Amino acid sequence: MDVIINGKTHQVQTEDDTPLLWVIRDELGMTGTKYGCGIAQCGACTVLIDGQATRSCITPVGSVAGQAITTIEAVTDDAVGRRVVEAWVANQVPQCGYCQSGQVMAATALLKQNPKPSEQDIAAAMVNLCRCGTYNAIAAAVRQVAQG
Amino acid sequence: MNSMSHEFAPVGELPEEKPVNLSRRGFLGASLGALVLGVALPGAGAKAQNAAAAAKSAPRVSAFLEIRTDSTVLLRSPFVEGGQGVATAMAQIVGEELDMDPARFTVECAPPGADYQVVGGRRFTGGSFSVRSSYETMRRVGASARQMLLQAAASRLKVPVASLTTEPGRVRHAASGRTLDYGALAADAAALPVPENVTLRADKDFRWIGKPMARLDARDKSTGKAAYAIDMQVDGMLRAAVQHAPRLDLEPGSFANEAEVKAMPGVHSIHRLPGAVAVVADRWWHARRAVEALQVTWTDAAPGTRRAMPSDFSSEGRRAQLSAAPGPGIAAETVGDAAATLKGAAKVVTATYDAPYLAHGQLEPPSALARWNEDGSLDLWVPNQAPEMFQVLAAKAAGIPPEKVKIHSPMLGGFFGRHFIYETANPFPQAILLSKAVGRPVKLIWSREEEFLRDALRPMGFVRFRAGLDAKGLPVALDAEAVGEGPRDRWFGRKPDAADGSAVEGISGKPYAIPNRRVAHVLVDDPAIIGFWRSVGHSMNDFFYETFFDEVADAGQQDPYDLRLRLLADKPRHKTLLQAVGDLSGGWKRGPFTAPDGSKRARGVAMASPFGSEVATIAEVSLRGGAVTVHDVWVAIDPGRIVNPGIIEAQVNSAVALGLSSALLEEVVYAKGVPQARNFDGYPILPPDRMPRVHVRIVESGAPMGGIGEPGLPGVPPAVANAVAALTGQRVRSLPLSKMKFGAT
Ligand code: FES
Ligand code: FES
Repeated sequence: MDVIINGKTHQVQTEDDTPLLWVIRDELGMTGTKYGCGIAQCGACTVLIDGQATRSCITPVGSVAGQAITTIEAVTDDAVGRRVVEAWVANQVPQCGYCQSGQVMAATALLKQNPKPSEQDIAAAMVNLCRCGTYNAIAAAVRQVAQG
Repeated sequence: MNSMSHEFAPVGELPEEKPVNLSRRGFLGASLGALVLGVALPGAGAKAQNAAAAAKSAPRVSAFLEIRTDSTVLLRSPFVEGGQGVATAMAQIVGEELDMDPARFTVECAPPGADYQVVGGRRFTGGSFSVRSSYETMRRVGASARQMLLQAAASRLKVPVASLTTEPGRVRHAASGRTLDYGALAADAAALPVPENVTLRADKDFRWIGKPMARLDARDKSTGKAAYAIDMQVDGMLRAAVQHAPRLDLEPGSFANEAEVKAMPGVHSIHRLPGAVAVVADRWWHARRAVEALQVTWTDAAPGTRRAMPSDFSSEGRRAQLSAAPGPGIAAETVGDAAATLKGAAKVVTATYDAPYLAHGQLEPPSALARWNEDGSLDLWVPNQAPEMFQVLAAKAAGIPPEKVKIHSPMLGGFFGRHFIYETANPFPQAILLSKAVGRPVKLIWSREEEFLRDALRPMGFVRFRAGLDAKGLPVALDAEAVGEGPRDRWFGRKPDAADGSAVEGISGKPYAIPNRRVAHVLVDDPAIIGFWRSVGHSMNDFFYETFFDEVADAGQQDPYDLRLRLLADKPRHKTLLQAVGDLSGGWKRGPFTAPDGSKRARGVAMASPFGSEVATIAEVSLRGGAVTVHDVWVAIDPGRIVNPGIIEAQVNSAVALGLSSALLEEVVYAKGVPQARNFDGYPILPPDRMPRVHVRIVESGAPMGGIGEPGLPGVPPAVANAVAALTGQRVRSLPLSKMKFGAT
């Protein structure tokens, strides 16, 4: 099947029910998208599918054939994504960093859809887990982009 | 008292270290033109390459610096970066003395080697030891390199060394206005002997140490470029997944559907491993699906198998066992006569406390990539906090000498104590066996479910307290028996008749002036695989002690904050810190009080002395729908001296989150020898909407440098529990709080 990732079409030979996460990581060798739980609990695997933040660990690749998938590798190709990354650096958000690809993708999806999110909007969208407890820095970085 | 410090010589007692120029011996195959600098004790240099042998000899210290011709720097750090910011701190320390902007550093975790044994003669990343144990050594590395660069410049320019100065990244000859970049001098400098003596910068002249310098890895970690063990790829690699035996005493027997599983997509082969089965496949998803489809009959291991897990083991049963285990135990701290004072006390307060098993829950699941090479050597990419220890055990698993095992230590997707050697809790022996069996590199990843099954747990803790009060309501005696097993003695050896520091730390070593004290350890072996969990014994013991302290204060009709101040009258460092956190929170008020939003709230306070630092914590809570909400946490931390206040603040935030997660939510429940939760759905961890605001004040008392990564944690559970008790009148003697029912308040 054809999978369109970061604007490039990849011919993928795998079963339809293979999670998109493992196609991205193992089949295509792009390792920025992370595996944390595999059951839609943590959000480390968040990618954008037609602009929507989506947990790729439970998304069968067959269900997204032909849709536009964006991974962290292409986040800075997008103007909002670039601002999110700059805010992440400015706020020194990452600690171990393992959750941060997913966090950055979730923030980018939020801010593209809603450039001026309220505190409630931020809380509703930024639900990915971070075991290092960077939550306050994440919220500060999202606010910074929203205000910028 | 800290669990790991007992094991190793105090940092202050380390012998003086002297740098040697390793590039002249071609150490590590340094590229031409690079200055490669190590530090070793005099006379030990020749042994530097024989890591295994030399590691057993006198403690030696080393760090490597490679200055490239483009004036960038590669620093081989003794420590692994896992979020705690140690890579940046190392660059700050070396850069300060080298006179080179730390932002120009690339920092890697060094491979195994005798020269990296900088933590009291050993090497590990843990115990919040990294910066404080290596601070002087790393400064000398930077200062020595700078001196050699100056010398090289003096020869090049044919001027006296004394006429030269440095500025970041270059040498300047003021008289002629000439400058030379470090990169242009690196090759010449590499040919010089290391100076016998170097002068270190005065603290007042620091440009980077003590400043909130940006982390070196922030951008890579914000753009998905940071690579962890789980991301490693090598040519020809296959992928593997395992299904572990549900209990540790079971071994794989027959397979009911081997042929079908073999025919599943991508499957290369099926393997029996000790206590597990594995499937090797082209893709991890294929391996995982196949191994989970495999129907395995598990057979009982031979009687007497080491660390067998009883089939009737439960966490509830364990709690009952600890509760029933009689004292008096092995004394860890004895001051005055607690027993006699308790007999004559005007009032005696007794209580028992317990805390559950905890999982690490680091977000990166464990993995290991093993590659056997044609010359019989083995490359191993593995998340680890101790490369030499992993090297030795990997060699054992592989059946080759340690020097044939090359350990790669990628950055860690969180660790919190997860990546030490814990026998059955490490995937690398499996990866080594699988790679050997299939004759190709194999990357093994444990699914989150397998990780929950085999993680090394924070042990369950249980304490019996008795306190005696005098007629004025002041505590005059304390008796505490900590029941259970600590991870330090489990993994580093038990000394007969000595209490395990990791079982009692946080109950012993408290600063309060209670004139009669007995703290003892009642050892009861833990059937579970137990491990170090961020702040180790302190993670629960400070909860036990500081929460009981509030019970004692209430029994004597004392305000808990005032009583702490009073009992710290002779401890200026602690008193200052307690006042600092009171101040930071706008002045101590216990409550209950009504907040501007109309909610009823209260505050709790706690103190802890973990890992060489001192910490005072205040938390403010309310109840919402019967659940505890924590609004604010104020932390005053005194690590003596500091390297990066920005990273300290981040680490305190992180420790507050983990401490709060453990207080509110976390509990590993065992039934029939099996953990009941196998993923984050059954083992919730702190989500973003339960994160409080965190306010940090750093107090630099000038005391010897303490740790940073763990100390922020232990004060959080007791501060929260004390606030909850103040708000509800209900004592919290067992965690997590999610077990408790509170009336509407
Ligand atoms: S890996 Fe997909 S949500 Fe955790
Ligand atoms: S930064 Fe470590 S899990 Fe979020």
